[in-house]
Amino acid sequence: MTASVITANVSKQYGGVSAVKDVSFELNAGETIALVGHNGAGKTTLIKLMLGLIRPTSGSVTMLGGDPARGDFHVRQSVGYLPESVSFHMALTGRETLAFYARLKRVEFSNAELLFKRVGLAAEAVDRPVRTYSKGMRQRLGLAQALLGTPRVLLLDEPTSGLDPALRHNFYDLISELRADGATVLLSSHALTELENRADRVIIIDRGVKIADGTLDELRHIASLPTRVIIRLSDMEASPQWSGEWCRQAGGAWEVSVDAADKIDLLKRMTSEPSLLESLTLAEPTLDELYAHFLGRQAAQ
Amino acid sequence: MNNILTVARKEIQEGRRNRWVLATTLLLAGLALTLTFLGSAPTGNVGVNQLDVVIVSLSSLAIFLLPLIALLLSHDAIVGESERGTLILLLSYPVGRSEIVIGKFLGHLSILAFSTLIGFGAAAVALVASGTVISPASWRAFATMLGASILLGAVFLSIGYLISTLVRERSTAGGVAVGIWLFFVLIYDMALLGGLVAAQGRAVPALLLDGLLLANPTDAYRLLNLGSGAASTLSGMGGVAACSSLSAPVLTVALLLWAIVPLGIANIVFARREA
Repeated sequence: MTASVITANVSKQYGGVSAVKDVSFELNAGETIALVGHNGAGKTTLIKLMLGLIRPTSGSVTMLGGDPARGDFHVRQSVGYLPESVSFHMALTGRETLAFYARLKRVEFSNAELLFKRVGLAAEAVDRPVRTYSKGMRQRLGLAQALLGTPRVLLLDEPTSGLDPALRHNFYDLISELRADGATVLLSSHALTELENRADRVIIIDRGVKIADGTLDELRHIASLPTRVIIRLSDMEASPQWSGEWCRQAGGAWEVSVDAADKIDLLKRMTSEPSLLESLTLAEPTLDELYAHFLGRQAAQ
Repeated sequence: MNNILTVARKEIQEGRRNRWVLATTLLLAGLALTLTFLGSAPTGNVGVNQLDVVIVSLSSLAIFLLPLIALLLSHDAIVGESERGTLILLLSYPVGRSEIVIGKFLGHLSILAFSTLIGFGAAAVALVASGTVISPASWRAFATMLGASILLGAVFLSIGYLISTLVRERSTAGGVAVGIWLFFVLIYDMALLGGLVAAQGRAVPALLLDGLLLANPTDAYRLLNLGSGAASTLSGMGGVAACSSLSAPVLTVALLLWAIVPLGIANIVFARREA
């Protein structure tokens, strides 16, 4: 795989305060990466560094083979950016706004209708001033401008905030299409659960430091958080005889947490007596739990 | 160059949409017409060319109004976009920072030039329509006045851009803009007058006077319009002009410098700033 974006030991200080400390990672073509962290953890600073809007205090950033701060036309043209809570000039209509950005990127504006449709901006809204738009509509217009000219790298800062669930779904379908075309997509978010199954890789940032980087499975492996096994017994009065600290849930179900290493063994023992079980559910640790785990580990250090 | 035009065009589009263009044109036209017809009442039609009277009243109006309009348009140009969050997106596009500043400046200048030409032009058109005969010399003076007025607007746009790149908040920019306007339009001349009175009739060295007149763009403008021809006798600026060795080209160059230098500094400041 080829790296579209490389950050090498990047640090950024604002008047003595470190916003980003010694962060290194590579983002590859055709990869969707979730950049996860609290508000103020340094996500937006990292994105600005990758865009070349600010220069690193130390370390280096490479975007599509060049230094983004130089502002090379071909680099800038191949990058789509959606700022956090994007805003536009209020007096212009959606179409005029998009036409303006298309002209700056030297992109043919003829497929505007298609683009508006792709992001779900209703046809009657397109020719109204942006002033009249809801937050969700502005977000959609923001996405439309980020998608202008089929970018090779997309940096999306909190892209789904303000979108309703149906549009979120629509949005992630869009991301899948882009990934299939070989684009690098970086999503920053603090809404973690919705990134599950959407991101190839997760980078967790806390107080400017990269504390985890890997696929969800790898992170699960590193964290080795227990899997929760929830069962319902055929005999409501009985309690489970398998080893482990079973506790009774409301509604009569039983739950136990098992380490990854013991999971298969437990399942084998349980399923050898299928008549005892009415139902069995496995809950792998969610991204939220993983995130909490990595943050906790960081705090402990 | 393309980017500059794109940015300028968007600025004009916005100015038209939020009624800036309409409002300033109507304001200038309304005041110009009022001054033309009320202002000519005391002089009547004896001897003086009526357009010269209009030139005197319009340039006095322009000295107050054009800097104010220009500063209102421009003080917000960069800091406003930065505060509203539109600047960061624009900077991520393949467009240079100087292209943004110059493009926006040209857009604002077009708005101001349009309003001035139409607004002040309305006064001349009204005079012609009412059957006044106007000499070629007066037309030339009028054209000079229009050009100088646009240049004066450019000067204060440029100063506004400098303010807009230097400060961190819109409200600060607004306050500084008002201060600059008061200083150049009111306080400076009052202080100058006070100084002359304090000198108690001693002759002020010509070089010092020239320097003081060039150091304030509104004074350079005043001298350029009212220092020569029929307007100088009408406005009483002839006396000052006689003491000063500043010719029209020197004054024009001074105004051009006033328009270019602050914008140049704004460019440098903006290029170094981190968004």
